[in-house]
Amino acid sequence: MNNFNYTKAESIDQAVSAVATQSEGQFIAGGTNLIDLWKYDLTHPEMLVDLNGLSELKAISELPDGGLRLGALVSNNATAYHPLVQERYPLLSRTILAGATAQIRNSATNGGNLLQRTRCYYFYDAASPCNKRNPGSGCPAITGHNRLHAILGESEHCIAVYPSDMSVALAALEATVRVTGPEGAREIPIADFHRLPGAEPARDNTLGAGELITSIDLPSTGFADHHSYLKLRDRNSYAFALVSVATGLEIEGGRIRNARIALGGVAHKPWRVPAAEAILVDKAPTPEAFAEAADLLLAGATGYGHNDFKIELARRAIIRNGMMALDPSTQRPGAQPSL
Amino acid sequence: MPKPVTIRDNPSSHHITLQVNGLETTLRVPPWVSLLDALRDHLDLTGTKKGCDHGQCGACTVICDGDRILSCLTLAVMKDGARVTTIEGIGTEDRLHPLQQAFIDYDAFQCGYCTPGQICSGVAMLDAGHGESREEVKDLMSGNLCRCGANTNIIDAIMAVKEGKYE
Ligand SMILES: Cc1cc2nc3c(=O)[nH]c(=O)nc-3n(C[C@H](O)[C@H](O)[C@H](O)COP(=O)(O)OP(=O)(O)OC[C@H]3O[C@@H](n4cnc5c(N)ncnc54)[C@H](O)[C@@H]3O)c2cc1C
Ligand code: FES
Ligand code: FES
Repeated sequence: MNNFNYTKAESIDQAVSAVATQSEGQFIAGGTNLIDLWKYDLTHPEMLVDLNGLSELKAISELPDGGLRLGALVSNNATAYHPLVQERYPLLSRTILAGATAQIRNSATNGGNLLQRTRCYYFYDAASPCNKRNPGSGCPAITGHNRLHAILGESEHCIAVYPSDMSVALAALEATVRVTGPEGAREIPIADFHRLPGAEPARDNTLGAGELITSIDLPSTGFADHHSYLKLRDRNSYAFALVSVATGLEIEGGRIRNARIALGGVAHKPWRVPAAEAILVDKAPTPEAFAEAADLLLAGATGYGHNDFKIELARRAIIRNGMMALDPSTQRPGAQPSL
Repeated sequence: MPKPVTIRDNPSSHHITLQVNGLETTLRVPPWVSLLDALRDHLDLTGTKKGCDHGQCGACTVICDGDRILSCLTLAVMKDGARVTTIEGIGTEDRLHPLQQAFIDYDAFQCGYCTPGQICSGVAMLDAGHGESREEVKDLMSGNLCRCGANTNIIDAIMAVKEGKYE
C-alpha cells in the first residue's frame, strides 16, 4: 500500500477541481470500501479529497413532485432510519438494513454505496489476473471458483457481480443519480448508472472522470403498502447476497396494477426486465404469476459451474418474494425469508 | 499496517484534535493512519482491538459522535474534531457501565478479545434505541464476531440491560 496526501473539500466545485487536477486523486466519503481496497493494494490514490465537510450533501429533503432527495453524503444508516424513508420507501429502508453491519452502515454513504466495487475473489487478489483490475490479463473466474458470480449479462471478459444491496432497491424504485463534474451537472437514471462488463469490465458504471455524486432522487411512487427485499446468502447476516430480490407492487381490487422486480447478486448491475413486470399487470398476485415473471427475468441465464444453483435459487426467490411483498408486516430483520 | 517510523515529522502529517473519552487530545498523524492505529499506537489506548483490519470482525468498534463505527476503516484525519469513545471511556473501575456488569453476570466473554468491540457496539445500539426484539438485536449485533462463541450470552446480557434489569 502506498502513502497519499489528504485534503478536506470545502465546496462541491473545489472537490471536483481537486480530483480533476490531481493524478490519482480520489474522493473519500465513508472510506469503508476505499480504505479496504487500498490496504489490499488494489487502489493507489495519491490524493484523497474528503467529502465529509460538504454539509449541502448531508441532507434528506422532500422534492416538489412528491419524491425525496437523498444527499450523497448521508450515511446508509441515517437514510434507512429516516422517518420519511421509513414511511414512504420502506423497501429502501429494509434493503439498506440487510447490507453490511450497523458499524459499516454508520460510515458508509449513499454515494459511496453506489460505487462500491465487486467482491470477486480474483479481483481482490492483487497477485491474480483480472480484466477488471488489469485489463487484458484474463478472467480466472470463468473456469475457476465462481460461486459468487454472474448468471446474467456477463461477458467473455468478466463474470463479476456488483455487490450493493441498496442499489437493487434503487433500481426497483427507479431512482435518479445526480452528479456534478468538470463539465457541469447532469442526471443519470439508475438503470443507466451501472453497466454490463462487455469488452470493458474495468468500468463499473457510466460516471465520467472526476464526476461527483451529489444526490440520489426518489420518485414519488414508493410501494409502501406492498414491497419486500429478500436476501439469500451463506449466513443470515454480515454476508453479501448470493441472490437478492427487491419487489414493489401496487394492488387494486386483488389485481396487480404496477410491479417492479430487481435482482441483486446475479449480474454486473441490478437486473430488471420490463417484460417480466408488464406480464404481472392485471393478474392476481399468485405464485404462478410470479413464476411467469421469473421465467422472463431469468431468460438466457447461464451457470459457470459453482454458481449453477443461482438460477433455480433466483427463480424461487422471485416467487417467494412476490408473495412476501403482499404483507410487509410479516417480514423479518436481515431480509430473511418470512416464516 | 506498518508503524510509520517518522510519526512526528512526516511532512505530510496533519494536526488533528479528537475528544477521546472526554479529553481533548491533539496529535500529528500522516493521512494514511487509521483511527484504530491512532488510538492504539499514538495514544496508547490499546483497549480497542485489531482483529482483521478489513471491516470483517468488529473488534475495532468505537463510538464516534454517538455512532458505532469501525476504526480500522476510518482514517484518523477524517475524524478531526470528533468525539470518540473507546472501551476505556465506558464506565470506571468502581462504577461499571450496566452493560459491562451484565457481561460479567451473563458470562458474555471467554478470551475477551472481541469484548471491547462488543460492548462499544452494544452501548451505542442501546443508546440509539435500535433493536426491538431479540431477533433484531441479534441482527444488529452481527457486526461483532466472537470466535469463542459467546454470542448467546452476549445477546442475553444486552437483552437484560434493554429490559431494565440494571436500572
Ligand atoms: C465487511 C463488509 C461487508 C459489507 N457488506 C455489504 C453488504 O452486505 N451489502 C452492501 O451493499 N454493501 C456491503 N458492504 C459495502 C459497503 O456498503 C460499502 O463499502 C459502502 O457503502 C461504501 O460507501 P463509503 O461511503 O464508505 O465509500 P468510500 O469507501 O468512501 O468510497 C467508495 C468509492 O466511491 C467514491 N465516492 C464516494 N462518494 C462519492 C461521491 N459522492 N461522488 C463520487 N465518488 C464518490 C470513492 O472515491 C471510492 O472510489 C460491506 C463492506 C464491508 C467492509
Ligand atoms: S479490526 Fe476492524 S473490523 Fe476487524
Ligand atoms: S470472547 Fe473470545 S472472541 Fe469473543
